[in-house]
Amino acid sequence: MAAVAVSGVDFRRPSRGVVVALILALWLALWAVLKGLHTLALGPAQLTPLHQGLNDLNDAIGASRNTNPLFLYFFNEIRLVIDEFVILVQSLIAQPAFGRPLPLIGWLGVVALAAFVSYAAGGFRVALLAAAGFTFLGLQGLWQESMDTLALTLSAVLIALLFGIPIGIWAGLSDRFAKIITPVLDFMQTMPTFVYLAPLTLFFLIGPASATIATLIYAAPPAIRLTAHGIRNVPGDTVEASESLGATRAQTLGKVLLPTAKRTIILGVNQTMMAALSMVTIAALIDAPGLGKTVIKALQTLDVGTAFNAGLAIVVLAIVLDRVTTAAGTRVERARQNRNPLAAKVRTGGLIGGGALTAVAIWLSYTYVWAAEFPSDGEIGGSIAKGVATATDWVQGNLSGITNGVKDFATLVLVDPLQSVLTGSPWWLVAAAVVAISVVLGGVRAAIGSAVCLGLLVATGLWQDAMATLASTLVATAAVMVLGVVVGVWMGRSSHADRFIRPVLDAAQTMPAFVYLVPFLALFAASRFTAIVAAVVFAAPVAIKIVADGVRAVSPTTVEAATASGSSAWQTITKVQLPMARQALVLATNQGLIYVLSMVVVGGLVGAGALGYDVVAGFSQGQLYGKGLAAGLAIVVLGVLLDRLTRAAAARTGRA
Amino acid sequence: MTAQEVEVDPVGAGQPDPVISVRDVWKVFGPKASEVPKSPELCALSRRELMDRTGCTAAVRDVGFDVAPGEVFVVMGLSGSGKSTLVRCLTRLVEPTSGQVLFEGEDILAADEKRLRDLRRNKFSMVFQHFGLLPHRRVLDNISYGLEIRGVGKAERAKRAMEVVDLVGLSGYEKSYPDQLSGGMQQRVGLARALAGDPDVLLFDEPFSALDPLIRRDMQNEVVRLHREVGKTMLFITHDLSEALKLGDRILIMRDGKVVQVGTGDELVGAPVDDYVRDFVRDVPRANVLTLKWIMRDPRPDDVLDGPELGPDVVVRDATRAVLAAAAPVKVVRDGELLGIVGDEEILAVVAGQEADA
Repeated sequence: MAAVAVSGVDFRRPSRGVVVALILALWLALWAVLKGLHTLALGPAQLTPLHQGLNDLNDAIGASRNTNPLFLYFFNEIRLVIDEFVILVQSLIAQPAFGRPLPLIGWLGVVALAAFVSYAAGGFRVALLAAAGFTFLGLQGLWQESMDTLALTLSAVLIALLFGIPIGIWAGLSDRFAKIITPVLDFMQTMPTFVYLAPLTLFFLIGPASATIATLIYAAPPAIRLTAHGIRNVPGDTVEASESLGATRAQTLGKVLLPTAKRTIILGVNQTMMAALSMVTIAALIDAPGLGKTVIKALQTLDVGTAFNAGLAIVVLAIVLDRVTTAAGTRVERARQNRNPLAAKVRTGGLIGGGALTAVAIWLSYTYVWAAEFPSDGEIGGSIAKGVATATDWVQGNLSGITNGVKDFATLVLVDPLQSVLTGSPWWLVAAAVVAISVVLGGVRAAIGSAVCLGLLVATGLWQDAMATLASTLVATAAVMVLGVVVGVWMGRSSHADRFIRPVLDAAQTMPAFVYLVPFLALFAASRFTAIVAAVVFAAPVAIKIVADGVRAVSPTTVEAATASGSSAWQTITKVQLPMARQALVLATNQGLIYVLSMVVVGGLVGAGALGYDVVAGFSQGQLYGKGLAAGLAIVVLGVLLDRLTRAAAARTGRA
Repeated sequence: MTAQEVEVDPVGAGQPDPVISVRDVWKVFGPKASEVPKSPELCALSRRELMDRTGCTAAVRDVGFDVAPGEVFVVMGLSGSGKSTLVRCLTRLVEPTSGQVLFEGEDILAADEKRLRDLRRNKFSMVFQHFGLLPHRRVLDNISYGLEIRGVGKAERAKRAMEVVDLVGLSGYEKSYPDQLSGGMQQRVGLARALAGDPDVLLFDEPFSALDPLIRRDMQNEVVRLHREVGKTMLFITHDLSEALKLGDRILIMRDGKVVQVGTGDELVGAPVDDYVRDFVRDVPRANVLTLKWIMRDPRPDDVLDGPELGPDVVVRDATRAVLAAAAPVKVVRDGELLGIVGDEEILAVVAGQEADA
């Protein structure tokens, strides 16, 4: 039975590859003949009726915002509540308020409060880290911006948890609800972050509300998922024991489920916090105040020094938030192990003393200017920016031979040919080829999905831009997969390598997407290639981890059997481990594509052009608003197309 | 287990009323599960056929039994026989599809949510295979959990918990967390939690299957001791026949959700109802289980009837020495009436394992 199945695979797999190769060859041949025909090109300032229609819709909504009941009683109410809430948090730490020239709590108070909260949640070490980190933000000369980012992040996280944890509990308790909510969460997370900013401004205007809601959409899923996961993983015996003793449902929830799942829920809070920070910086595109705005402005003027300084501040903030919430998670465990009464006393004392000190610091920062406004004497931000600018100049002056060589080589050999095939072919040829490949990889249903997506792409009027973006995405994904397989196999085979590389990958994943653009901008200046490299670096950690886990999951007995029959390491990898980790490889490709796509789009800020540029331009120029919206739509469609295609291929592989 | 208790026949007249009466209980999982017990046609199908016909799994099929006050009643079966589902049906942790579960005459299946909670809080307690402890609470707080949800005050909770801590031999571990204890000690916590609420009935769902053999024996002795000391009614689920014989006053053997046989240990060994039970008890050391009444024979004319007298419920092992030492066969006597005699031959047949299958 098994032998038959295996031989079936052997027979079909190469044949599928051959068919795809044939389709590609035919495409190339036709491209050579039909080059430049029916390419659906559209100039940067040209609009289609759809774009114009979206512009009109925007105007119509703007005009009816204060008359339409849907807005009066729904969207506007939501906007007002969220705005009020965010402004309240901002007035505490970030913005002048209540007739004062400064926020209620000045820098000294915020630093003390951050340290105190970190001590209470995590411990002494993270308290030190938090104090040092926050002080550093001030020294960078970015106190106000950092506090704006922090205020927005915290408000979004609070709202996300307010809704996310109850929803997560529900999803953990009810299988039916979990089944409904899971695809919604999948969708919320796979949609490129960039995309929902513009539609949100349509309903909630530009401002804190839109930024917060965008952040919510992106940041709430991890909290919901992990809460549900934690609740679900409470051992059945424990829940039954509680019920058998006559606990009510509320008692079982409050005394058994939540405390047992606490650690996982805190992990969810951590992920939500990191996602929120990442999104808040991107929300700068719709005028969210804070560090993201500084980065974007600097990126647009190609001021690498300033971008680096602000990017560094984002990284510092990310590290502090990540460490503190992680420490809060491990404390739950540690508190249990530690039964030393002295330690408990020290902690109580620390909490009381720290609380008193914090109160004094807050009072000082409320009352005195020196404690409220971060002193500008010791500022090092300027020197950081200048140093980086100098270094950048030096790199661009002296290493341009190397960096330009790499850039030109990759662009000429990889990106340009692919892009010219995709953008130069008649649209119907590309569509036919993609549908044909879909049939081969995923069957008829996948082909129908692809056809619908392609039709939508044509309808957005941005076909050629979409093809250019697709070219960059494919090149970057290929690079991600090369990295993923090489490093992933290494990590999967050597626990040494895993132990060293995994923390690096974890750290890389907590960084907001934006930050990745800065160093590559310094190296490669503004170009498509810069965006591609940033996307590769952004997406590689996910792909590497999935491949490593897949290789690791291959049964050790099978590997041992291969070794015992005399396979070399190379044979073991190519004939046993990689084929058995096939599912993981496909999943890594899928995730790699989604991550790359979302980053390639952000690359619109640094000269990547195409859809990303259309979106960015839509934010800044009124008459391009509709086009930006359509570009966002095109990105989603592209994402859905790639996602569905890889999933369908994966299902096929799984079955075979 | 002992001879006196074997005589208890809970349904018989003049006996104490049963604590728990289970009548025609069905538990069917699957679509339209409630239709199955109503249809005589479906009831007659085997589990496999039912699955193919309706897509339903019948975990418990038409089970009925009585448990007398103070009795240790063991339900035994292999995995998948439905015994864990059955015990959960008693307090509706799993809702039975049909049937009746009477506790002191009250139908538990008819109880509303509040009454059911009351019963669970005050009358029943359960010990679980994987302990089901709360990892974030110390031993003492785990034990007093049941009291806490009843709304008992903190001081009284602690006092009561300390009492049961002593009772189950956990003294000195009150402040530990579950993950700092061995499996055996964790199950003591589970036992203490069950005892803390002073229930009338203790339910055990394979409580010792996850423990290694030596500790399992300790815990079995612990249950025997506790039963002697607190005298509660116990319903014990196990897949281990020697555990069943050791603990159970009466044993119910389940197979594919159905009752195969109910009886005392010596009844199962001495008079198995079918090949399944016979196969099951084949390896039991018969001398430890069978009593004299199972091996005695009628006196023959040439027998000398001046040997010593023994009761019919004396276990063979305990009688061996007396029978072999006596010059004449032992007389099996109840209330002065001669029931039969047991000679060297009968004893040796059991001890040496040569007795023909009954």
